[in-house]
Amino acid sequence: MSTQRKALSLISGGLDSMLATRVILDQGIHVEGVNFFTGFCVEGHTHAIRKKDRAKPKRNNALWVAETLGIKLHIVDVIDEYKDVVINPKHGYGSNMNPCLDCKCFMVRKAHEWIQAHNFDFIITGEVIGQRPMSQRRDTMPVIQRESGAEDRLLRPLCGKNLPETLPEREGWIDRERLYGFSGRGRKPQIALAREMGIEDYAQPSGGCCFLTDEAYSHKLTDLWQARGERRYELDDIMLLKVGRHLRPRPNFKLIIGREEGENNFLEGYRKQFTHIRTLSHPGPLVLLDGEPGADDIALAARIAARFSKGRDAEQVEVEITPLGAEARREHVAPMPSGEMPQEWYL
Amino acid sequence: MSHYELDARRMLCPMPVIKTQNLVATLKPGDTVEVFCTDHGALNDVPAWSRINGHEVIATRESDGEISITVRVGDSDG
Ligand code: SF4
Repeated sequence: MSTQRKALSLISGGLDSMLATRVILDQGIHVEGVNFFTGFCVEGHTHAIRKKDRAKPKRNNALWVAETLGIKLHIVDVIDEYKDVVINPKHGYGSNMNPCLDCKCFMVRKAHEWIQAHNFDFIITGEVIGQRPMSQRRDTMPVIQRESGAEDRLLRPLCGKNLPETLPEREGWIDRERLYGFSGRGRKPQIALAREMGIEDYAQPSGGCCFLTDEAYSHKLTDLWQARGERRYELDDIMLLKVGRHLRPRPNFKLIIGREEGENNFLEGYRKQFTHIRTLSHPGPLVLLDGEPGADDIALAARIAARFSKGRDAEQVEVEITPLGAEARREHVAPMPSGEMPQEWYL
Repeated sequence: MSHYELDARRMLCPMPVIKTQNLVATLKPGDTVEVFCTDHGALNDVPAWSRINGHEVIATRESDGEISITVRVGDSDG
C-alpha cells in the first residue's frame, strides 16, 4: 500500500481556499486546514460588537469551510509574530496598510514549520495568478515559495497548471492534469467550479481578508503610530481601532466614542485602562481618551462627549469624568457646537 | 477525568476558540472544559470547532450576557 500523503491547507474562509482544498481532497490526499489569527482578520469581530448585527447569524467562515469539507482546522494565534509583518514589511504595503506579500510569505512559512513538525507532505493555498494586485502575481508566486522556505512543497491547485511543477506533482502524489489554470481578477471560473462541486453557500469574495485593506482602518492605524511617535501596537489597540468613532482634536490624545449600545458595552471592558467620560444628565456614549490628555484636554473632551449625547442641544450636560487612576468627579459642561468640531478631527 | 475552567471573557472570536483548542490539546479524552465567554460568536464557533475536531459540547448556558460552554474532550488527537 502506498503512503497516505498529507497536505495542510491555508483556509481563509473564502471560496478560493475552499475550492483548492476540495480539489486536493478529491485526489485522495488527507487534508487538514490551518487558519492564522493576526488580530486584523475581519471574521466576526465588528459583528460581535455592534448590537444591530447581533441578530444576524454569525459564523466563523474558516470553521464553517472546514466543517463543510469535513476536515480538521487548526486556528493559530500569530498576533505577536505578525506585528513585524505589519510594522516592517520588506515588500511594502498595498493600496492601504496591507502588507500582502510579506503576509503571504509569513503564513506559508508558518504553515511550512507546521508541516515539518507534524509530518505532513505539502501545503496548499487558494492563490490564483493575477487575482490580487500585490501578492498574487506571476512574479510574486516564486517569491512566496522562496521566502517562506516551502519551495516546491507549496502547491496552488487553482492555478497550478500555469506554474512550474511542484514536488507533489513530480512524485505522483497528485495528478497535475486535474489541477486548474485560473488566472486574472475574474471570479467566474471559481463560481463555476463551486457550482460543479455542489458548493452553493460560501462567503462572498471581498477586497481582502483583513482590516488592513480598509482605508478608514489604515488611516486610524497610521494616526496611532504618528501620535505615539513609534510604530508599534498591542492587540487592544488594534481591536479598539475597529470600534466607535475616533476623534483627534489635539496631537496628544484622541477620543473613542461608542456609537451604540453594543460598542459602549465593548468599551466598558477597557474603561479602567483609560481616562473616560460618560454623560449623566442625558443618555450618551462612553468615551475613552487615548493618549496623554492634560486638564484642558479633558475639559475639551467632556464638551465633545456632551455633544454626542442626547443633551447635545441643552445648555449644560452633567458628565462624570474619571481620570486614569483617579477618582471620578462630576461636572456641568456646555456641549461643543458641531461648528467648532472641524472635519479633520474625525479619523 | 478532570474538569477545567477557561476564562475567555471579553475576548472576541476567534480567541475563545483558540484558547479552548490550546487547552484541549493538553487534556485527555473524557476531560471536560467549561469555557466562559462574552462574545456571542462563541455560541456558534466553539460547537463548530468541537464537531470538526471530534469533541462534544455537553452543556451551554447563557445568563446576563455571559455564556458558558462545556466541552468534553473526544478520543481524537484534536
Ligand atoms: S488582505 Fe490582509 S490577511 Fe490578506 S494577504 Fe493581505 S495583509 Fe494578509
